[in-house]
Amino acid sequence: MLAHIWSHFDYWAMIFLAMAGLFIVIARGNLIKKLVGLGIFQTSVYLLYVAPGKIVGGTAPIVAEGFRVYSNPLPHVLILTAIVVGVATLALGLALVVRIREAYDSIEEDEILRRDQAPDGGGEA
Amino acid sequence: METLIVNVLLTLMMLAVVVLARTRNLFSVIVLSGLYSFLMATVMVALDAVDVAMTEAAVGAGISTVLLLGALHLCRSEEAKPAHKPWLPLAVTASAGLLLVYGTWDLPAFSDPEAPIHKHVAPRYLEAGPSETGVPNVVTAVLASYRGFDTLGETTVVFTAGAGIVALLRRRRRKTADKEAP
Repeated sequence: MLAHIWSHFDYWAMIFLAMAGLFIVIARGNLIKKLVGLGIFQTSVYLLYVAPGKIVGGTAPIVAEGFRVYSNPLPHVLILTAIVVGVATLALGLALVVRIREAYDSIEEDEILRRDQAPDGGGEA
Repeated sequence: METLIVNVLLTLMMLAVVVLARTRNLFSVIVLSGLYSFLMATVMVALDAVDVAMTEAAVGAGISTVLLLGALHLCRSEEAKPAHKPWLPLAVTASAGLLLVYGTWDLPAFSDPEAPIHKHVAPRYLEAGPSETGVPNVVTAVLASYRGFDTLGETTVVFTAGAGIVALLRRRRRKTADKEAP
């Protein structure tokens, strides 16, 4: 049982990080904090991909004389793409937050919803 | 030993995220997310993913933190105190997490050389990659040579995001200029 916990700990850490990110996204009202939570969810997926490719005693997948065991290079390629796309979505999300702040003078979800439901209509957008 | 290093780093990451979720000062939140990204980069080095580690340290811990700080400067905000305790989200995420843990029960153990991931496709790239492309780094060979078109598609995604940001923020500048004009 203890050996099982030890050898599956990386999966569980990844699940914990993903769920913590999801919790921040749905439970916290501040839009910047929501985006940080989304980023944590995203980075937890890197672990899900890269951790199973590791072989203890192996080395980074750069072929050279004297090494025979390499970790799996394919997850690394996929995750390199994911990191760059992740920062692109983060930048777009932050631009939207800045626009929301211009229109509503707040980046708290509750405040924005309250102004949307006000009869005179808050915000210029 | 390598498993120990990875598991200790993962525990540190979990601690960072717990503190981050409980912090309301947004500046602290952003600094903690930078710390989290650096820990992630270190884990990636421990997992032999050196290219990923370099990109994560530069892009995840560097550019993301700068972008978040810039947005915080424009918004000047502190997270409000929540109106009530978030019991429902906590229950939803905890039960989803338990279901996922149940799903990991049959997955191959950490660093099992007999796992299916090590049996298909990857050995072929490791054997033929250097001679077919002339690049000893197999990650670079796959990224830029075998899957070069995917990387081109990735560039399109980044371009689209950049165009979206320019469209969003330019509109803002024109509006303020309109307001100032009589």
